[in-house]
Amino acid sequence: MTQTEFLNIVMPFKDKVFRLAKRLLVSTEEAEDATQEVLMKLWSNQAKIEEYKNVEAFSMTMTKNYCFDKLKSKQAQNLKIVHTNYEDASTSLQKQVEAHDSLQWVAKIIESLPEQQKMVVQLRDIEEYDLDEIANMLEMNNTAVRVALSRARKTIREKLTITNNYGIK
Amino acid sequence: MVSNNIEALLKRYENGETSLKEEQQLKKYFSQETVAPHLEMYKPMFAYFLANQQEHFTKQLPIKTKTAFNYKWLAVAAVVVLTLGYYMKTPVVASYNEYAYGTYDNPEDALNEVTKSLNMISNHFNKGVSTVGYLNEVNKGTATLGYLNEIENTTGIIFKNHQ
Repeated sequence: MTQTEFLNIVMPFKDKVFRLAKRLLVSTEEAEDATQEVLMKLWSNQAKIEEYKNVEAFSMTMTKNYCFDKLKSKQAQNLKIVHTNYEDASTSLQKQVEAHDSLQWVAKIIESLPEQQKMVVQLRDIEEYDLDEIANMLEMNNTAVRVALSRARKTIREKLTITNNYGIK
Repeated sequence: MVSNNIEALLKRYENGETSLKEEQQLKKYFSQETVAPHLEMYKPMFAYFLANQQEHFTKQLPIKTKTAFNYKWLAVAAVVVLTLGYYMKTPVVASYNEYAYGTYDNPEDALNEVTKSLNMISNHFNKGVSTVGYLNEVNKGTATLGYLNEIENTTGIIFKNHQ
């Protein structure tokens, strides 16, 4: 397989891999590294690519597993530097700006969801995959995906309602 | 009318029962400028989903095409080495002949030749040794220098007196 052939296969879904990685790892740099890692793994296993029924779904599963490994090794570290650690108690200017930026709110709400729900929302509402495809990618069954999706959507709606009504009611 | 339909869709959406097509419909509805006031809170959510689809992976992939080792080149290299080896063989023999110049295959001839040249060497050597005989004069000279010791003895006595 030549480089161009490989890129033709990979091109359509590399952004999706990146976005899923970013959803899980939050930081753009880390998501870029993860995407690169996943794609390089695919490249080094190129002989097997033809064997996979669905390279895209396989890559998404790989991304999920890779990000989980990353998250696990991060948690194993004693010192945890998460962006929530250096939150200012006083309402900073940035916070005020963010409060106006409602999209930022949605991002924050999704970020607060459990990992599985995050992934389901990402794959369904942003990448618009079939429920069956998602089940296949996340190695879950169809019903579990639906339940996770429903829970995530309800949580997002509830939290958005609260922020939306903040200061009104 | 429309909002009724949307509300029903939203309910099913929350239960995860909508199809992708229906979800498209929702996204389209909420991307409008104005939506029903009581549904306002859904707007950022769907806007976020749409905005997020635009994010791209821009990093360059460091892909290198691995060229499988080609055994043909091994054969080519072998042929080159062999021909070079054959080509080099002739000059090596010639240089050996040059190196072996003046040697004898017959031991008797070799012995005669060696004694002849050794005789010549010893002749010249003896000549050289006879000229070295002049060095005896030097020895004589050093012997006369022995008198200097006498001077030292006397100076020694003088210094003793001074002390």
